[in-house]
Amino acid sequence: MTWVNDVVQGIMLGGFYGLLACGLALMFGLMRIINLAHGDLAVLGAYLVYLLLEHWNTSPFVAFVAVLPVMLLIGYVLQRALLERSLRSGLLVPLLTTFGLSIVIQNLLDQGFSPDDRSLGASAGSVATASWQITSQLSIPAIGALALGVAVLIFGGLQLFLSRTQAGRQMRATAQDPDTAELVGINSRAVYARATAIAVAIAAVGGVFLAIRSSFTPYSGPTYLIFAFEAVVIGGLGSSLWATLAGGIVLGIAQTIGGQINPEYPILAGHIVFLLVLASPRGGLLNLRGATT
Amino acid sequence: MSLVELDRLQLRHGLLEAVRDFSLSVADGETIALVGANGAGKTTLLRAIAGAHRPSAGTISFDGRDITRVPAHRRVRMGIALVPEGRRLFPTLTVEENLLVAATGGRSGRWTVESVIEAFPLLARLRRQRAATLSGGEQQATAIGRALVTNPRLLLLDEVSLGLAPLAVDSVYESLATVIAEGATVLLVEQDLGRATTIADRVVCMLEGRLVLQGAPGELTREQITDAYFGLQRTGDARS
Repeated sequence: MTWVNDVVQGIMLGGFYGLLACGLALMFGLMRIINLAHGDLAVLGAYLVYLLLEHWNTSPFVAFVAVLPVMLLIGYVLQRALLERSLRSGLLVPLLTTFGLSIVIQNLLDQGFSPDDRSLGASAGSVATASWQITSQLSIPAIGALALGVAVLIFGGLQLFLSRTQAGRQMRATAQDPDTAELVGINSRAVYARATAIAVAIAAVGGVFLAIRSSFTPYSGPTYLIFAFEAVVIGGLGSSLWATLAGGIVLGIAQTIGGQINPEYPILAGHIVFLLVLASPRGGLLNLRGATT
Repeated sequence: MSLVELDRLQLRHGLLEAVRDFSLSVADGETIALVGANGAGKTTLLRAIAGAHRPSAGTISFDGRDITRVPAHRRVRMGIALVPEGRRLFPTLTVEENLLVAATGGRSGRWTVESVIEAFPLLARLRRQRAATLSGGEQQATAIGRALVTNPRLLLLDEVSLGLAPLAVDSVYESLATVIAEGATVLLVEQDLGRATTIADRVVCMLEGRLVLQGAPGELTREQITDAYFGLQRTGDARS
């Protein structure tokens, strides 16, 4: 029964990783950019929510609604001002650019908020601590269920956006062949900017859950970037959105089961699964044909 | 009145000069066939007019406006559409999605997703099929349809008959004849000299990036064209 519990906890943890990985997969699938600042952008979102809550006594989720347009704008400007230029010089330059951006964000947060540990757990209220006891060995934490639910909603919403709307079709067309997309009247730069705006906003959703689940500092980003990156790779490198969520869930389950074997093993178990997938012949366990390519 | 004006255009692929000192004026409503050997610069020239290749010198004007620095997607809005070599459909998008995705970037006019599917009846039953699964002829029809939904004033066609069965080529040319009859200006690259001279008002021969011969199909003999195609005339001149 403890195994069942591990798997259930792993699935919910995976929903959280899926949230962190979603924007990373979107940007990689569309522009082949590996955004090394993705984790820091998630943490930035958490700090913006934290900042609002200092002046406004409400739930982090309500505060996030106010932060959302800011994150969309940050993503849009980031693409237009920085990534668009770096994309012109090949694949390595965006990687270096986002690496630099990651350091800049960390240091700005350090300057602005001090390196102290923060958490949004207390302001989230009962949702942070509540759980449903199913059996004596199986309990479902409310925050985990909420993260998974939000992840399913966001992935589903994004899937609908990509398959049903004109902006989504343009995004898929541009991902497949940016050159030809321009020739049928698609402004590929505008498509890229829209995608980065969405990716950064979703990263911030992940950041809020990160901040409720545990404490965070200006330097928390890279740790979560690794988990997000592993989820993307296990899920077949952004080849399909749902596979990215599945990749997060595989990682989550690996970590909880690893933790069951030995409390020191969860992170290691996750890395081992990631490496096994990387070493497997297709380089992606769930390399399904999907929406983003 | 001329719709397109190319003035001393120079196009490069790195160090290679693909098109040199190329000037051409295309009248509104005219159909021009570009002929020339592989590597003569025909594809590069079409891509430059569509905005996919930036000239290193010279200017491109469309409808009296200098568009040399205008990005490709804005040229589509102005009424330039390219059917690229090798079709270049979006492989995992369905036929309908391939048309839909182009439908908002161009001009409005008589061509819509529905009217294109009406004009190419074979597309009707393929609507929901992914472009990657189509035959060559079906792909070509989709590619031409995708260009038409932008309601172009200038249609650029790059080797639309390449790799198609003769029957498919016939049906492609039948539908092109309709488009031309409706007044579109067409610049097409075609390897089949017979087809090129039947459909075009003017034949333009390119050799190593230069314009070496042009004229109405009736005025040019087949020998003149083949000479220009292979550069026989030029070497003859050089020797004399």
